[in-house]
Amino acid sequence: MTEPFLMRALIAGLALAIVAAPLGCFVVWRRMAYFGETVAQAGLVGIAAGLALSLDLTFSVLLVAVAVSGLMLLLGRQQVVPFDSLLGLVAHAALAAGVVAASLVRGPQLDLMAFLFGDIFAVASSDLQWIAIGGAGALAALVYVWRPLLTICVHEDLAAAEGIAAERVKLVFLAVMALVVAIAIKIVGVLLTIAFLIMPPAAARPLSESPEQMALFAAIFGALGVALGLFLSVSFDLPGGPSIVLVMAAIFAASIVPAALRRRR
Amino acid sequence: MEGRDGAGRGRTVLARAQGHQQAATEAEPSAHDPGALVSARSLWLTRGGRAILQGVDIDVQPREIVTLIGPNGAGKTTLVRVLLGLERPDKGSTLRKEGLIVGYVPQRFEVDRAIPVTAGRFVALGRRAAEEEEEETARALADVGAPHLAEHQLSDLSGGELQRVVLARALVRRPHLLVLDEFVRGVDYAGEAELYTLIGQLRSERGFGVLLVSHDLHVVMAQSDRVVCINRHVCCSGVPESVAQHPEYERLFGPQAARAFGLYHHHHDHHHDLAGEPRPPGSSSPLDVG
Repeated sequence: MTEPFLMRALIAGLALAIVAAPLGCFVVWRRMAYFGETVAQAGLVGIAAGLALSLDLTFSVLLVAVAVSGLMLLLGRQQVVPFDSLLGLVAHAALAAGVVAASLVRGPQLDLMAFLFGDIFAVASSDLQWIAIGGAGALAALVYVWRPLLTICVHEDLAAAEGIAAERVKLVFLAVMALVVAIAIKIVGVLLTIAFLIMPPAAARPLSESPEQMALFAAIFGALGVALGLFLSVSFDLPGGPSIVLVMAAIFAASIVPAALRRRR
Repeated sequence: MEGRDGAGRGRTVLARAQGHQQAATEAEPSAHDPGALVSARSLWLTRGGRAILQGVDIDVQPREIVTLIGPNGAGKTTLVRVLLGLERPDKGSTLRKEGLIVGYVPQRFEVDRAIPVTAGRFVALGRRAAEEEEEETARALADVGAPHLAEHQLSDLSGGELQRVVLARALVRRPHLLVLDEFVRGVDYAGEAELYTLIGQLRSERGFGVLLVSHDLHVVMAQSDRVVCINRHVCCSGVPESVAQHPEYERLFGPQAARAFGLYHHHHDHHHDLAGEPRPPGSSSPLDVG
């Protein structure tokens, strides 16, 4: 594990796992997995735009992620089309638009795999900067809104009646999600980013007694997934992002199956 | 800053649904009661083409226990949500006392199993400051007779236990106003009486105002200072006996209910007229009839 590219991959993955853990808990608690999925899939449009305009790709993905989050808040106000249908619609429209736009920019020969599933071994030092600064900012923001956001997750009306500025806190949460998704897309790709966010918290849930414990276990499981996934990837010459996500899925299964069996009795 | 929601104060109040009301009344809504914990004037609200509130005035004074009764669909919960600022009225305004601290027990409390949280932590989340969190939480849980539940996961509690814990969450805030929406739903008969007695006791000790919603007419508590009967508008209001004898009340709920009403009532050495007089001290709003 002395190769520089391997070290960068490991550092990027571990840092992302730590930032993703508390955010992922909120995604699970607020049932926003599919909202996040939509934001992530729209990231491909951001990548295409970034390639066309020669922008920093993480930055252009971040812009698109913020725009799509705002768009969905707006569309959520109408009540004729159910919100989950709307998410499915926007997610796939964005994915299609991203693929079309990317091929327009680079021609049909463009290797989409790296964007769809990430390329953790291609992490550059500029990406590490994004992870360090963006990740620290995301963590700080989450710590800042932790208590009010948790209160909202437990019972939104109660929180609002008690005087918490629910709308503002939720906006902070959405902004943090857009930022982390933008950072994660380079590493685990458009299609696996949400898995990276929700799998460790889901695995942590059956073992946790408190919200903080769940975030801590999620960070541990996420880091374990990254380390083990990278090891498997290097040992057996497998793709990095998917290997990590598979290990995370295995951890989830190991955690949830005993819990499910316990409930049956 | 005082919280003031809604618009349209002083606009023409449209015809009320009541038949005996004039077709259209040029009515200037009376002013808010500045001494009240929460004061609402001429609340109108329509949702999906259905009128829910039609010109409701209501005040809750400090130390006062106000019980809101009315049939299902009468708009009780909506009224409470407007008073709490959770919903905006189409017309009319609410005024909450500056710095008002509210303890709220909502009508439905569904525990989200996705979040691991103990009853103690849940109560502590109601605190405005983190210091002395543990002592305050323990005290609030003891106040509602549930000190043993602190370490239990919220999702493992029974309905009755959960109600006590949510009440503890409201109390830990040291509220000026306690709002209980259908608080005793699903609690057995003895449990209901016990909870009402507890609320009355706590009110005496701590002096908060209480706004209580009930659709169960059998259990309007003995400690109620004032009962407000609503059916989209205020039908009648006054001390419990006077409301029970009010023709509007009997029309709404039938004579059966009128007889059953006030089951928990002990003796009262005074009487009140049908119009809902006397009013609680400090209230500036004449109590509507019809």
